[in-house]
Amino acid sequence: MPSVVIRDVSLNFGVVEVLKSLNLEVGKGEFLVLLGPSGCGKSTLLNCIAGLLDVSAGQIFINGRNVTWDEPKDRGIGMVFQSYALYPQMTVEGNLSFGLKNAGVPKDEIAKRVARAAEILQIEPLLKRKPSALSGGQRQRVAIGRALVRDVDVFLFDEPLSNLDAKLRSELRVEIKRLHQKLGNTMIYVTHDQIEAMTLADRIAVMRGGIIQQLDTPQAIYSRPKNRFVAGFIGSPSMNFIEGQLAQHDGTWVFEAADLRVPLATYPFQETNLSPRAATLGVRPEHVGLNTGEGWPFEVETSVEVVEPMGSDTLVWTKVAGHDFSVRMATERAPSAGQRATVGFDPLRASLFDAETGERL
Amino acid sequence: MADVTAISPAELAGPSGRRPRRAISRRNVFIYGTLLLVSVYYLLPLYLMIVTSLKGLPEIRMGNVFAPPVEITFEPWVKAWAQACTGLNCDGLSRGFWNSVRITVPSVILSILIASINGYALANWRFRGANVFFTILIFGAFIPYQVMLYPIVIMLRELGLYGGLWGLVIVHTIFGMPILTLLFRNYFTSLPEELFKAARVDGAGFWAIYLKIMLPMSLPIFVVAIIIQVTGIWNDFLFGIVYTRPEYYPMTVQLNNIVNSVQGVKEYNVNMAATLLTGLVPLIVYFVSGKLFVRGIAAGAVKG
Repeated sequence: MPSVVIRDVSLNFGVVEVLKSLNLEVGKGEFLVLLGPSGCGKSTLLNCIAGLLDVSAGQIFINGRNVTWDEPKDRGIGMVFQSYALYPQMTVEGNLSFGLKNAGVPKDEIAKRVARAAEILQIEPLLKRKPSALSGGQRQRVAIGRALVRDVDVFLFDEPLSNLDAKLRSELRVEIKRLHQKLGNTMIYVTHDQIEAMTLADRIAVMRGGIIQQLDTPQAIYSRPKNRFVAGFIGSPSMNFIEGQLAQHDGTWVFEAADLRVPLATYPFQETNLSPRAATLGVRPEHVGLNTGEGWPFEVETSVEVVEPMGSDTLVWTKVAGHDFSVRMATERAPSAGQRATVGFDPLRASLFDAETGERL
Repeated sequence: MADVTAISPAELAGPSGRRPRRAISRRNVFIYGTLLLVSVYYLLPLYLMIVTSLKGLPEIRMGNVFAPPVEITFEPWVKAWAQACTGLNCDGLSRGFWNSVRITVPSVILSILIASINGYALANWRFRGANVFFTILIFGAFIPYQVMLYPIVIMLRELGLYGGLWGLVIVHTIFGMPILTLLFRNYFTSLPEELFKAARVDGAGFWAIYLKIMLPMSLPIFVVAIIIQVTGIWNDFLFGIVYTRPEYYPMTVQLNNIVNSVQGVKEYNVNMAATLLTGLVPLIVYFVSGKLFVRGIAAGAVKG
């Protein structure tokens, strides 16, 4: 049985449609990440699941129970917020036990659960402190603890790491993953950070304009993006795009742009009924070779414009068919600006999109 | 140490460290001069009142308004408090003082209680028609009191509350509502919304969130509301004289009756003492709560 089911959910604020007839199923114990740019409706969707926003249409089921009209506390969810949202006048212990007190849980049971959550999150020494005396990372731990003590099946995270600095963020990221493996709860996690999404998720739902663009495993979303938006949104540095034409040449399909002709014999076409049309070719910088001398199915000579060393590797900017084209490569082998270089890639790992609809071909 | 060989010795001998500031500069003279002038402008009348209230009538008649009292007497204060005649009775301001206390305390508590709940509901529980309700409430703040004076007399009469203390308490509570609700709504809106959401997930209802989450975070705004209401209601004259019978007149109305009495000798010293007595309560509120106000803001400054 799926843990969370969202059926045809819409949400309007006046005339503004934030969610458009959205369907989603989250399996038991699954870690689902809602990913998208700001304003795409991902936080709104999470708030709807939590019951903090009323849906305009549709239904929400949690553990097979219809919770569409239920209060947040009755839905069997715990939630972690971006700003931690700790009650400033209560101690950490008070924060953890507030929900349980409201639910009328007996005192010894509260103490037991608080102790267990504190142990899991290693915040035992902080229990008597006020939130103002905690660091950002500690606060977020307490916020997670507040969801933990509720003993619920579904955890909702609303950009929980966005307020932390880069180092803490990566630390807590691992910790959340560890927590998920240990507890096995269903977790729905909202973020605009694709690294978080890729590292944490069992499945990612990429959203835009209140619609789920693609729902798939991180690997599938990375290597076979369903449309041009997903392709451009996922991956850092982002994918290179070349505008051109899909055409037939000597019986095989090719991609033509300016004076280039990219053979698509190895490209895994999704559509069977192909016709010549305007198209966009997308290649990830890490899938492009520069001066490798390897004999790629497609190669072109160009000049190096800018070199960006990033420590672990280097991003080299060139021009291909008049478009900026970046190559990610080992720093030791990187050329310097102004040199001539040969770039090549295998269309097998490229993505081809219909220029008009943006859909993958 | 930095390498200074490239810099000439003359430059090196120049300014170093904190820039010196002269105590008497043109800027300082201007600033403190202005402050002094304004302080004198505001404090002179107060000085005059205190000095006069401590003089006997013969000394006042000699002129020398600004001179300090030759012989300090507290008789005018005693008279103003316990013996001055206001209309029918001659028991001074004390009666009015206690009337004002009995009017102000319930009015302040009642109006702040209701307005804070109003503001909380408007800020956090967006019920249907909340905006219309809020607009109407705010609109109330712009209607001149004079327009409503007589209708309220009739309403209180029909309710059987006209002339008593509770009628006046209700009037003060109602008239405090627009501005106080606005104050509380804006404050609660400025609190992080996620706190409210977290409390809802934690199963707290309307009252639990108000009492356990919102109230403890709102000390500063409550102090502001108390200052506004205590001074406003204590200083009220119009409602007091319109809606109460003479035996319930608040202090301000009595003060007017003492100062503006046309019979007998003008007792300036008693008038001054009476005025000072009447102004004492708002003054104390400012002094006490001003400190609390700062402390409240400091205590509430927990950044998320």
